[in-house]
Amino acid sequence: MNFSEVFKQTNQLCKVSPDGKYLATCVQYRLVVRDVSTLQILQLYTCLDQVSHMEWSSDSLFILCAMYNRGLVQVWSLEQPDWHCKIDEGSIGLVSSRWSPDGRHILNTTEFHLRVTVWSLCTKAVSYIKYPKACQKGIDFSRDGRYMALAERRDCKDYVCVFVCDDWHLLRHFETETQDLAGLEWSPNGCVLAVWDSCLEYKVLLYSLDGRLLSTYSAYEWSLGVKSVSWSPSSQFLAIGSYDEKVRILNHITWKKITQFEHPAIIDNTKATVYKEAEKRPGVGSDEMPLHNITMGATLFNTQSKYEICPLPVQIPVVKPDPDRASPKIGISVLAFSSDSRYLATKNDNMATAVWVWDMQKMSLEAVLEQTSAVRCFQWDPLRPRLALCAGNTKLYLWSPGGCVSVQVPTEGGFQVQSLNWHCSGDSLILLGKEQLCLCYMDTDQEDNCSPDKNM
Amino acid sequence: MGEWWTTETSMENYEISSISHVTMSPSRRNNLVSMYSFPLSKSSYSVISAFCTEDNIPQCISYINQELASLGLSSTCIEAISPGDTGLSTVPALNAMYELLQIHRRSMCNLEELEREQLRKSSTLEHIQMSNTRLKDQLELSIREKSGLHETERQLQLKIKTLQSCLKTEKDEVQKLQSVIASRASQYSHDAKRKEREAVKLKERLSQLLIDRKDKKLAIDVLNCLGRADGKRRHWKTTKATSSHEDEMYKSLLSDYEASQRSLMLENAELKKVLQQMKKEMMHILSPRQPSTRGATADDSQEQADLDGEAKGGDASRESLDQYCEHAREQLTNSIRQQWRKLRNHVERLDSQGTSQNQLESNKEVIPRETHEDEMERMRCEVQQCREFIHAQQQLLQQQLNTSFDDETAALLNDCYTLEEKERLKEEWRLFEEQKRNFERERKNFTEAAIRLGREKKAFEEDRASWLKNQFLNMTPFTHRRRYSSSDGQSALSISNGKIPGLACFQTKILATLCMNILPRQFLSLRFGNTEVASFAYLHPL
Repeated sequence: MNFSEVFKQTNQLCKVSPDGKYLATCVQYRLVVRDVSTLQILQLYTCLDQVSHMEWSSDSLFILCAMYNRGLVQVWSLEQPDWHCKIDEGSIGLVSSRWSPDGRHILNTTEFHLRVTVWSLCTKAVSYIKYPKACQKGIDFSRDGRYMALAERRDCKDYVCVFVCDDWHLLRHFETETQDLAGLEWSPNGCVLAVWDSCLEYKVLLYSLDGRLLSTYSAYEWSLGVKSVSWSPSSQFLAIGSYDEKVRILNHITWKKITQFEHPAIIDNTKATVYKEAEKRPGVGSDEMPLHNITMGATLFNTQSKYEICPLPVQIPVVKPDPDRASPKIGISVLAFSSDSRYLATKNDNMATAVWVWDMQKMSLEAVLEQTSAVRCFQWDPLRPRLALCAGNTKLYLWSPGGCVSVQVPTEGGFQVQSLNWHCSGDSLILLGKEQLCLCYMDTDQEDNCSPDKNM
Repeated sequence: MGEWWTTETSMENYEISSISHVTMSPSRRNNLVSMYSFPLSKSSYSVISAFCTEDNIPQCISYINQELASLGLSSTCIEAISPGDTGLSTVPALNAMYELLQIHRRSMCNLEELEREQLRKSSTLEHIQMSNTRLKDQLELSIREKSGLHETERQLQLKIKTLQSCLKTEKDEVQKLQSVIASRASQYSHDAKRKEREAVKLKERLSQLLIDRKDKKLAIDVLNCLGRADGKRRHWKTTKATSSHEDEMYKSLLSDYEASQRSLMLENAELKKVLQQMKKEMMHILSPRQPSTRGATADDSQEQADLDGEAKGGDASRESLDQYCEHAREQLTNSIRQQWRKLRNHVERLDSQGTSQNQLESNKEVIPRETHEDEMERMRCEVQQCREFIHAQQQLLQQQLNTSFDDETAALLNDCYTLEEKERLKEEWRLFEEQKRNFERERKNFTEAAIRLGREKKAFEEDRASWLKNQFLNMTPFTHRRRYSSSDGQSALSISNGKIPGLACFQTKILATLCMNILPRQFLSLRFGNTEVASFAYLHPL
């Protein structure tokens, strides 16, 4: 595993182009485009204000920089550096901005969600979409880029609008049976739209592409409901994480629950492996090479860590949330399927230091990773069943079915990894700190520091 | 009493003792004795009259004095009036009699008292006994009552416990619902606050806009319009376009459904195949029992009949039925269930038979056991063979290792090997040297031949060229002119150019073409000048 040097970035804005060749980062009001393999700066653009959001177009030719404070969007071209485009929303303000799947239209959501403006870069034409809903996830594009689903709120009722991205023609407009629609998501095959209600009511509705209601699922009443929803990449499963610390899996044929995964505080009676991170404290007063230690500098303060396999039963530390606050820190907030749909990684906000990995073939718990600090972010490798996670410290953790490894990020001055992103080829990782970023290049063969086979 | 009469004539002591026995026996028989006191006294009177006769008066007197003394009446003594006289002094006798009467009366009173006491006591005893039994009965009753009450108390306690647990669950549920309500309320209030804040912001912005009135128009400023991503032109929005969108949408939906249906059908077919196979195997397992079970029960043969019937009638017709027919599916699952039940019964029976009758050599047990044992034998042989093989290999390996450590033979062997190799190498070197020499020789020959060839070729070419030139010159009409050209080889071209420039040029050109056609290129390029000069040298002297 090789680590690149550390570069500056602001606002966690650092994205790899969809074709995997370029890396764009925002530093204050500048946009820096580098080559991914050599990390040399290819282009440098200057925006008018500090960039709030940055996005690549789908063909990797253009980059969108949105400045929400000023209500401006600037688009830069990679091929022609002197091509410029500036979209000014005027006094109506800007809350979010994104590309359309064809890379030629920009959708701006105005302040107070008054409307969504669709700007065409081909014709400079403008279209408006009225009454968009301000919710957790109100707009979703299907994976093939043909359709867009948008949540609408009109006369205190929720509707879903399905647009054809080709010419923004409204294909379907139907009412949903939700009290307060919180989000919608297309299935990866683009034929089913999952719509879920706010946390006050547990309700997940499944609509077909042509607007028919296929099924409704509600696990229980009254208690706080759905927190997160995720489709498996094969579209076979829909995973629903809720505030009762359980994940329920629906199957795509009958849309009924096939299993539920629970997250108990005491893990017992399971064939899963529990990896616990243990810190190896370096002997500060040791006789061997004290000079070496001092010259290592930052490593004196960065403790090495390794994973140990704990025998069952294992107790996971639980933090009880404040019951009076809204949106309590309890329940399954993050769900992620691996690219082959074989594994599902979940995180329970109650047990913020643990990541649970479930095997979808056996429908059982595969592994639990317990860290020393709260897990910030985890993401699956786009090609292999390999999970990378970070916990806000200077280490990077990798899990694969063969084992688990903890890698120290070798930077000076302590680089705290806040979030990470895989490169689309699965060969490298982009680690983002507060103000810095670093690239990690993987070896083609994995190293397994801690493997369940060794200890069995 | 008859006895006493008989004994009265015996000695005085015996009479005295018998009398004292009569009067002083303090036993319970006194009751009886006292009842019969009067007749007894009468009889005793007759005994007393027999006690004292005229003969033994003084003895009697002395005896009676003794008795009186013993009774404590020492004051009164009976005396005889005179010795030898049969009369008694009356006063002491009467006193004594009076004392005795008194004593008697006292004792009678005592006796009465005692009897009365006894009666009273017996009645109280009876009373107490009765009350005792009554109390015992009462006690039993109360004990029974108590146990009954205990029982009811226990039941009530149980009821209390269940009610308490119900109450606890209810309380828990109430608490849970309360917490749910609280969280919902906090969520609602949070949402409401958020909406209020947004409304406030809206109002502010609206007021700001109304005040400012400087509406910044929204605009896009693009250097140049981009082409579409797929390079096509933009289409007009027509109804045809909208219907085509609909068509596309339905097409994609349909294809998705078809794909899923296909996969489901495949899965279905697989599962059906598996079920059929399972059924066949189960039938196979159950059927070989038929020729071997002599002592089998009646229902076994019944099962066999069923199986046969099924096997014959079932499969063929079923295969021909539509695979997706509901009826066929049901039939298959039912038959599988039936077979499974039979198999299970069979296995259970085997188990029970195995545990109860271990010695029973029924055929169906022998065959599997035999085959089992055969298998075991075979495997043992195999294992033995493998072991031997491994052992042999080990030995060989050991041998080899051992021989390598034996210095003399090892060295010798090594020597032999290296000698052999040396010999071989020498041989090969020799061959190689020979071949090299041959090759050198050949190469030399070849080069010499090539040089010779080159020279010969050159000569030949020269000859040819001269011949051709002669031929040509004989053909041309300008033969006489050439005689005037100078013999100076160097200026041949210039002179010929000067005088007959066209001809010379023409000639050189023809020659050149001829040469080029005839001579090989290399020779031409190498020796162009030479041939020309040579040819001109040949040309001009002519």
